[in-house]
Amino acid sequence: MATGNHGGKRGFLERTTASFVDALEHAFYAEQTARADGLLQRLDARVKLVGILALILPAAAGRRFAVIGGLFAVAVVLAALSHVSFSVLLKRVWIAVLLFTGVIALPAPFVTPGQVVYHLPWLGWTVTSQGLTSAGYLVLRAETAATLCVLLVLTTPWNHVLKALRVLRVPAVLVTILGMTYRYLFLVLQSAHDMFESRRSRMVGELTGRERRRVAAASAGVLMSKTFDISSEVYLAMQSRGYRGDVSILDEFQVRRFDWIMLAGFSLISAAAFWLGR
Amino acid sequence: MSTTHSNGPVPIPVFDVCDVTYRYREVMALNHLSLAVKPGRRVVLLGANGSGKSTLLRILNGLCFPNQGTVRFCGKPLTEENIQNDGFGLDFRRRVGLVFQNPDVQLFSPTVFDEVAFGPLQLRWPEDQVRRRIEETLGMMEITHLKERSPHHLSMGEKKRVALASVLVLDPEILLLDEPTAALDPKSASHMIDFLVRARGGSKTIVTTTHDLDITEDIADDCFVFHEGRIVAGGPPAQILGDVPLLKRTNLLHSHLHAHKSGEVHTHSHLHPHEH
Repeated sequence: MATGNHGGKRGFLERTTASFVDALEHAFYAEQTARADGLLQRLDARVKLVGILALILPAAAGRRFAVIGGLFAVAVVLAALSHVSFSVLLKRVWIAVLLFTGVIALPAPFVTPGQVVYHLPWLGWTVTSQGLTSAGYLVLRAETAATLCVLLVLTTPWNHVLKALRVLRVPAVLVTILGMTYRYLFLVLQSAHDMFESRRSRMVGELTGRERRRVAAASAGVLMSKTFDISSEVYLAMQSRGYRGDVSILDEFQVRRFDWIMLAGFSLISAAAFWLGR
Repeated sequence: MSTTHSNGPVPIPVFDVCDVTYRYREVMALNHLSLAVKPGRRVVLLGANGSGKSTLLRILNGLCFPNQGTVRFCGKPLTEENIQNDGFGLDFRRRVGLVFQNPDVQLFSPTVFDEVAFGPLQLRWPEDQVRRRIEETLGMMEITHLKERSPHHLSMGEKKRVALASVLVLDPEILLLDEPTAALDPKSASHMIDFLVRARGGSKTIVTTTHDLDITEDIADDCFVFHEGRIVAGGPPAQILGDVPLLKRTNLLHSHLHAHKSGEVHTHSHLHPHEH
């Protein structure tokens, strides 16, 4: 689905519609990447889930920049071998995480006691070496963990991620609810998109603030009502095919030699990172 | 299953609906309705929107229960209590399948494969049997290539076929189809009609709701006309389709303007016959 060029300043309805389209495009990109012929895509989802978790844990626990940086480099290499676009990682992960954790880490250089390395002119605030280090750790850990998580999601079809969660003993009913949430998110998103498009097609000019609030409230109400209708219909459809409160899922995974080799690789890197980063 | 009759054995109806009334709050959806569906017959319920057809299908599928009157399935009362019962409930769900009008409510699993697997797994079939049946059903419906796809990426025609496959995988003796050709393009609609035409011969009992008169003769052995929650007529399709005043009264036949090449524009009642 293309967003198209709206040109000039975009109004409330255009921006809202475009954000729905963006969300659908992101999901579409993720599914395309998950079906590409890359290193991580060839892995069994359970092995991938366990392997990625094994890399995230030492990144979160590591106390050396070099080790966490090394794990970040591993994530970048995995991304390259799995045909995941760096520009997507930059926009959707690295910059977003930097901004988010940057805000959280911002006070650390000023409030952490330690060796002063800089004085802010006019304000007189001091920046400490220990404060900079802890802020750096926070940002680097978050970047590494987020990159690895996004790699897992981008290289694995969502339904495989869900099934792989069963390995971690996540109850079948929770896995089913997650699957249905994802499935119906698209339906609701599509409905919202259609609603806003149809309103756009019947109006000229920009809405006032009051009108925007009214449109948003009315749309939320209609969507809520549609969601209730769909959920009761879905429940009937499930009952019609024998649902009686317990959920069963077919697991279709096969662990091959390649998966065992990769699992060993993940384990080795993880153990080494724990050892060196302690 | 049969009872004796002066002219020989009479089969017990698959569904015996007796004086059923159903209300959605103040709205009367079914009004003292009675109907019997004989085994092996293809029954079409004709009616305009809101005439109560879909409500009846839900009652026949044990998803809702009448405020008044009784429904029997193969001679046994179809009640909420019986449906909750493991023995009757599992057997009923195995033997009766409903395909909803809106496939989006029926396709709730992450992939087509999972969707088709849902019914057999809930009925506790062994895994190898489930896998075998899924492959057979996907092949029969010519949707094997869709099995890893997410439902939200499918066209309406594909969704309807997957919805049908998700029910056919259980090989039900009785199929309930709610507006199977609604909102389909001509090619997808013809796939669905082909399936219903092929189903003649008594191997399955099929109850289809529609307001599409063009397909009725092809897919029905028996026909019932709904109007305001009641059955106002029943009989062979040819007889029903020939009763123009009845079809007009029940909003199944309409008049609208026609433009001809000569430039003449006029109004008349008509069907829209498809090409043969």
